[in-house]
Amino acid sequence: MSKSVLSGKGVTKVFGLGDKKTVAVDHVNFKFSKGELVSIVGESGSGKTTLVKMILGLLSPTEGDIYFMGKKRDIRTRKQKREYWKGIQAIFQDPFSSYNIFHKIDSVLMDCINMRGGSHLPRDEKIKMITEACGFVNLKYAELTNKYPFELSGGQMQRLMIARIFLLKPQILLADEPTSMIDACSRATILDMLLQCRNEVGMTIIFVTHDIGLAYYISDSVYIMEHGKFVEHGTADQVILSPTADYTQRLINDVPKIHAPWDFAKVASTVSAQA
Amino acid sequence: MKNTLRQITQSPKFMIGFCLILVLILTTLIYPLFSPGSPLEMIGLGTFFRPGTYVSVYDSVTTDKRYTINLTDAAEKRVASKLASEDKEVMKTWLLEFGIAEEEIDLEDTEALLDLWFNTYDESIRFDNMTTAVRKHVQRTDAKLDGLLEHQDIIVADSAADGSLVEGSLIKGNEYINVAEIANVRVLPLGTDNFGRDMLKEMISALGVSLMIGLIAGAIATFIGLALGLLSGYLGGVVDDIIMFVTNLFTVIPSFVLLILISFSIGQSDRGATTVAIVIGLTSWVWTTRSVRAQVTSLRNRDHVNLSKLSGHSLIRILVTDILPYIASYVIMAFILQICSGILAEAQLSMLGLGPKTTSVPTLGLMMFWAMAYTAHLNGAWWAYFPLVILIACISFSLNLMNTGLDQVFNPQLRD
Amino acid sequence: MGKAILEVRDLTTKYITRFKEDVYAVDHVSFTVDEGRTLGIAGESGCGKSTLALSLMGYYFSPLYYTGGQILVDGRDITNMSPDEVRKNVLGTEVAYIPQAAMNALNPTAKIIRFIEDVIHAHDLKMSKKDIYDLARERFEILNLPSDVLQKHAVELSGGMKQRTVIAISTILSPKVLIADEPSSALDVSSQKLVIKMMYDLMRMGYIKSMIFITHELPLLYNVTDNIMVMYAGQIVESGTAKQMVFDPVHPYSKGLMNSIIVPEEGTRDVKLTAIPGTPPNLKNPPQGCRFAERCKYAQHLCHTSFVTMRRFGEVDPGLLGGEDEGDAVAERNRAYRCIVPIHELKAAYAEEDAARRRDKEAVSYE
Repeated sequence: MSKSVLSGKGVTKVFGLGDKKTVAVDHVNFKFSKGELVSIVGESGSGKTTLVKMILGLLSPTEGDIYFMGKKRDIRTRKQKREYWKGIQAIFQDPFSSYNIFHKIDSVLMDCINMRGGSHLPRDEKIKMITEACGFVNLKYAELTNKYPFELSGGQMQRLMIARIFLLKPQILLADEPTSMIDACSRATILDMLLQCRNEVGMTIIFVTHDIGLAYYISDSVYIMEHGKFVEHGTADQVILSPTADYTQRLINDVPKIHAPWDFAKVASTVSAQA
Repeated sequence: MKNTLRQITQSPKFMIGFCLILVLILTTLIYPLFSPGSPLEMIGLGTFFRPGTYVSVYDSVTTDKRYTINLTDAAEKRVASKLASEDKEVMKTWLLEFGIAEEEIDLEDTEALLDLWFNTYDESIRFDNMTTAVRKHVQRTDAKLDGLLEHQDIIVADSAADGSLVEGSLIKGNEYINVAEIANVRVLPLGTDNFGRDMLKEMISALGVSLMIGLIAGAIATFIGLALGLLSGYLGGVVDDIIMFVTNLFTVIPSFVLLILISFSIGQSDRGATTVAIVIGLTSWVWTTRSVRAQVTSLRNRDHVNLSKLSGHSLIRILVTDILPYIASYVIMAFILQICSGILAEAQLSMLGLGPKTTSVPTLGLMMFWAMAYTAHLNGAWWAYFPLVILIACISFSLNLMNTGLDQVFNPQLRD
Repeated sequence: MGKAILEVRDLTTKYITRFKEDVYAVDHVSFTVDEGRTLGIAGESGCGKSTLALSLMGYYFSPLYYTGGQILVDGRDITNMSPDEVRKNVLGTEVAYIPQAAMNALNPTAKIIRFIEDVIHAHDLKMSKKDIYDLARERFEILNLPSDVLQKHAVELSGGMKQRTVIAISTILSPKVLIADEPSSALDVSSQKLVIKMMYDLMRMGYIKSMIFITHELPLLYNVTDNIMVMYAGQIVESGTAKQMVFDPVHPYSKGLMNSIIVPEEGTRDVKLTAIPGTPPNLKNPPQGCRFAERCKYAQHLCHTSFVTMRRFGEVDPGLLGGEDEGDAVAERNRAYRCIVPIHELKAAYAEEDAARRRDKEAVSYE
């Protein structure tokens, strides 16, 4: 196993106080190595979004430590945060809400160059870099200038997000369900571009999804999350083809498949009111 | 953006409201050009002059150029203006006794009544069921009518150097002068108020002051509300707790009570219009804070804000570029409503006698207060309060109409 | 084979936009659903599948308008009925429709039994409160829903429970056809399976005669339905049995759609996913020829100009109808698609493509 770029020890997030206390993430440990594509699979309410926000530094953990590049993460000041975010970036689930609809597309990409310390570059140079990034995700910059985000389709917006990552070249990319709002037939494009981007930049991708099939297809190793805890982790083949945890078994059993169709006679019919 | 502007201009509700308020503002700006002078100048000695055209008696008499015009109904008109309704009732009583049908007697049409009277009245006729007192009364009325109809020429006497009166010019009944040739004519379309000020001029000046008070109060309230709401909603945590504690404190104390207390403690002599506006603004930001906070709280967790954070943008930049534009439409609407409530708050405050000090500027509220204090409503001086009520309603109506129009543009699901 | 419960012939409906433009979201759609069978409708978002579901009720309201075609429920045409007649005599009793996210539409202040009373009263059925309660309880128990749910409020129920309650309420009058639009997309996989099992139980016990199931999740559709129709830009591009459609699609669009299926099963990682480039056409002015031609890899010159109609499998290539038993042959004959490229050409291209996808995947290295 190569060196770990990001790891967590006993990371916990508790919301609320007293009786209304809910533990969203409960003492999770993780270790992601360089260049790996890791999936975190969990259904809605499993705490995966909270974990993502903690890893990104948008929420601070109630307990536990996160180690980045072998060192304990310290992002109390704004300067430290900026430094941290140069190394870790994200793509969010909903492309339609990921953009500020009052800003033109150019400004999103221009920000990336400025963030990588390119604010002093001449405008021509910047535009050249942006054009290159757009070309990487198969978009034509010339057609995009002076457009607002809502003039693009969901797939195009998400591709532009990948272009942003391409410009930022972080060590770690957190992809929070990047394809769940995209039609199945354009999903492959986004996934391909993510993988390409990884090869180009050499980053680690943490792919968060509820779709266990997708996780199996794309990732090297898989973490299964239930009620704020990791119930199982291992390589993709290991976890999906021979799951050990009850929850993983149930999950894989209940997901519709095409080679082993459901047998309705075997579905348990007595369910408590909570189900 | 351009599209939104186009939609706003196409919204009939907004445009009606906007035009109305524009007309009001233009009036306050333009009217003083045509009618210079202080609006608080007391031109009338006495209270509540009726609306009308006032002609200087002195100048009418001394105007040299006279025209003789023979108008047949001149006498009747003169009578009509002096004939009390009591007299008409007396005439009616007699006519009814005489046997004239009630529907033929029209008390409104003085000319016809007089014709009827002179054609039918006969002193010698006595009705059995008419008491002597009433009969005498009828006779007196008839005599009065005769007196009114008969006119003598008026002699204007000049005072001579030794103090004795010398017969001067003679004014005949059918002599006329042109109003345009009289030196001093004053049109008072809304009469005067209790101090003898020109109501219209004062009201237009008051409208301007009130709008300014609304604007200042609205701007202050919206600014405070927006700033606190943004900080509280975006930062959350302890900052949110503190701001919301203060906000809740202000929510439970009725802001109007606060307003009264602050105004009272400032003291009558220090309360200018601006001071009052600032005080109103400082007490009415609470609801703006609460609603801005609610909106920001829901925006705070949106991905574009997260992305902006990840791009290393500063707090101020995120607030101004990533959050403010999303709530701008809402803030504009809140601002319009704050202007409206600022104007109303000033009116309320002034009605209680806690408005701006009375000597420097008029406001709509102060004028209402004066009208009420000098019992304009009991004196039948409708012109002293009714136009004010209409004007305040008009401002409120147009601002709310603008708001409804904007609401429909910004929230398309409300349309139809 | 059972008799036809729902027969749709050339149904066309349109939306009129705010700017008075016509958008034909359902364009000459014809299909049949037999008794005891389940039909699935698949397609990208915006292809008109939800509009089709809405149109099937026969109850139109602005901005959706009926423009032509027939909907025969059990042999009775519902398109020429008045809206009131449809509401009283069709909705709930003949056709029941469960819209997307229906479970979030339950009024949180009312008890579940109230909704059932509402349904009964809306159809002018004279039933006492007690009769209604007994009917509801009986039905709920058969469907494995605890009867104390009836006295609860919607907020007290979990997502899966709410969705099953919604289905039980919609089918209380035993409609012939149940149309479910994404009935399980907001649920976790275990609740999803339960919801679908319940719908099957309803059909098995004869409370409903057939189902139309709309979802964008193809593996789910494959597990749930007997037949699948693929919609594209307001038209049906291909229909056939679930097995045929998933493993042996004919139309290039169906093929592209099926190539995007990912399931957690062995072999998934060995095949490369493919994407269909481009975006669906704007329905305000759809292309003249085949609507998919713009995005189609196999498009020929003619595809862009000539109007393509639906054709039956057997009519084109009788040689392909060589099934071993009678059932397969019938199923094969019932397949239909909308494409002018010959089948053998398409099939040959697909075989090559599938082989290439396997190789491609190997070629992509992760380290």
